[in-house]
Amino acid sequence: MPFSDISPLLRSLTRPEGLAALLDVLPIGVAVMNKDGVLQAVNKKYELLTGVVGRNVLGMRCLHALRCDFCMNDCPVMTAWKASRPRTVEANIVNRSREKIFVHLTLAPLIDEKGAIRGVIEAIQPRSDNALDQVPVHAYGLGELIGRSPQVRKIFAMTPSIAQTDSPVLITGETGTGKDMLAEEIHNESDRDGPFIKVNCGALPEDLLESEFFGHAKNAFPGADMPKPGRLRMAHGGTLFITEVADLPLHLQTKLLAYMDDHVVYPVGSTRGARTDVRIMAASNHGLEDLVRQKLFRQDLLFRLNVIRLNLPPLRERGDDIRLLQDHFLKIFQARFNKKVEGFSKNVDTLLKSYTFPGNIRELRNLIEYAVSFCDSGIVSMRHLPGYMLQGSGMPDRLVSAPAQGQQAGGAVGSTPPERWEDVQRKMILEALVKTGGKKQQAADLLGWGRSTLWRKMKHFGIE
Amino acid sequence: MEKILIPLHDNDVAPRFDLATDVLVVSVTRETSVMGKIHERVVVLDDTSGEAMYRLIMSEDVRTVICAGMEKEIFDFLRRKGLDVIDDVCGPADAVLESYLMGKLGPGQNLY
Repeated sequence: MPFSDISPLLRSLTRPEGLAALLDVLPIGVAVMNKDGVLQAVNKKYELLTGVVGRNVLGMRCLHALRCDFCMNDCPVMTAWKASRPRTVEANIVNRSREKIFVHLTLAPLIDEKGAIRGVIEAIQPRSDNALDQVPVHAYGLGELIGRSPQVRKIFAMTPSIAQTDSPVLITGETGTGKDMLAEEIHNESDRDGPFIKVNCGALPEDLLESEFFGHAKNAFPGADMPKPGRLRMAHGGTLFITEVADLPLHLQTKLLAYMDDHVVYPVGSTRGARTDVRIMAASNHGLEDLVRQKLFRQDLLFRLNVIRLNLPPLRERGDDIRLLQDHFLKIFQARFNKKVEGFSKNVDTLLKSYTFPGNIRELRNLIEYAVSFCDSGIVSMRHLPGYMLQGSGMPDRLVSAPAQGQQAGGAVGSTPPERWEDVQRKMILEALVKTGGKKQQAADLLGWGRSTLWRKMKHFGIE
Repeated sequence: MEKILIPLHDNDVAPRFDLATDVLVVSVTRETSVMGKIHERVVVLDDTSGEAMYRLIMSEDVRTVICAGMEKEIFDFLRRKGLDVIDDVCGPADAVLESYLMGKLGPGQNLY
């Protein structure tokens, strides 16, 4: 590092305050230690990354503050340091929030004029080359749920206090919005030691549901050779999550209501009840109030379940979360498929922003999994999207093709797009034909279509 | 009888639960609230991982784990399995054990 005359600065930097000011502005974690690895100073970024309080770790050996895997292997500070050269390794640390962080760790000896090691400078910088390390699992969310739109942030903020109660929770929202994940996360955040048991009312035959929920006694009905505990007893001490609760038959709604009142399970064919401690959570993608009006769902059960109600908004109403989730899933799948995909083309971005996502986050996730697995270039373009999107099925009628400057933050489809989907397709075909010098087979390959599809669409759009 | 597990690094609590090769397993038989018998044993693990440590916990029927750094995933798992976990503890193993037996040890304590 070249220097001009810095003697006045050096005077300032040799004072602890001057050195602290210098270290604290650095964007990487820095620790200064003596040659035995005893900490003498740590900067603010180091405190931030490790979660330690600086003054509490001074005088402690660095491995106890940093908790790095390298410390336990062949750290030169822990063994006799012979090479006297800086060393950078890839390592991981576990911080005070119990998070594992992957870092670049650099150790540099401080050598005096006689060539003896007087101390060690340690620098840590979060690693960014492994996509999975960067997946913002906790950055904006709750467990595996992520989002930063006001609606979901409100839910994330409420969850810890909801988890600490035993009140029933009703989660509503369209299919694919993450109701099951939210329920499981509430259970995980809670102090309940028992299991998280899930029952899908829509997936079980009506005749079996009662036995599934409440269990049955031996010989309660033909074929009941063995007694069965039922999910309510299996979930003792934990949570029973009833998904698609609207599909629960009326007579079982009554029995569930009775259980929620006295917490006693009566197995089919038995008069002996068993007291259990189970928290009930339920989810539905139907309007339960409408079902109550149609007399398909018991009003008193709705009141009983509706103690805490969480409504997960559909993806199309979550604004910039679409972009956030897009990048999140892209990182996951490019790491899983070991592919280097930089991002999305402008057209794909526009299409995804305008798309209604009837399957919500599940659909977006599947769509990106498909796109990444078929992406043969560094950018996901229109031809990498599933056929049903390109064929127009499930597509919004109108689509924005330019960067959506005038679009509302809500990402609603109803905003005024300047160009039709047909126009975008026509433009894509023309661009492909220009690129391939008019060769239809190559243009079809470029677009990811069959030759006959291209021919049909060219005829439809009047391109010759 | 209560069994306590402390991952070791030399004579100190190991900085990382999942990377310790030596483990102190302490059996405590309390006769009164202040007196009892203590039996200590050091187990050397062939490989270092959270799974290897959990296998040892199960085979030794350990009820309490005292350690320094532990990942959230492992911490939550052990808690769900009904174990008491006192993590983020630093210090010499003897001092830490003594503090625990006196009922003074809590998460985040530094005994250096």
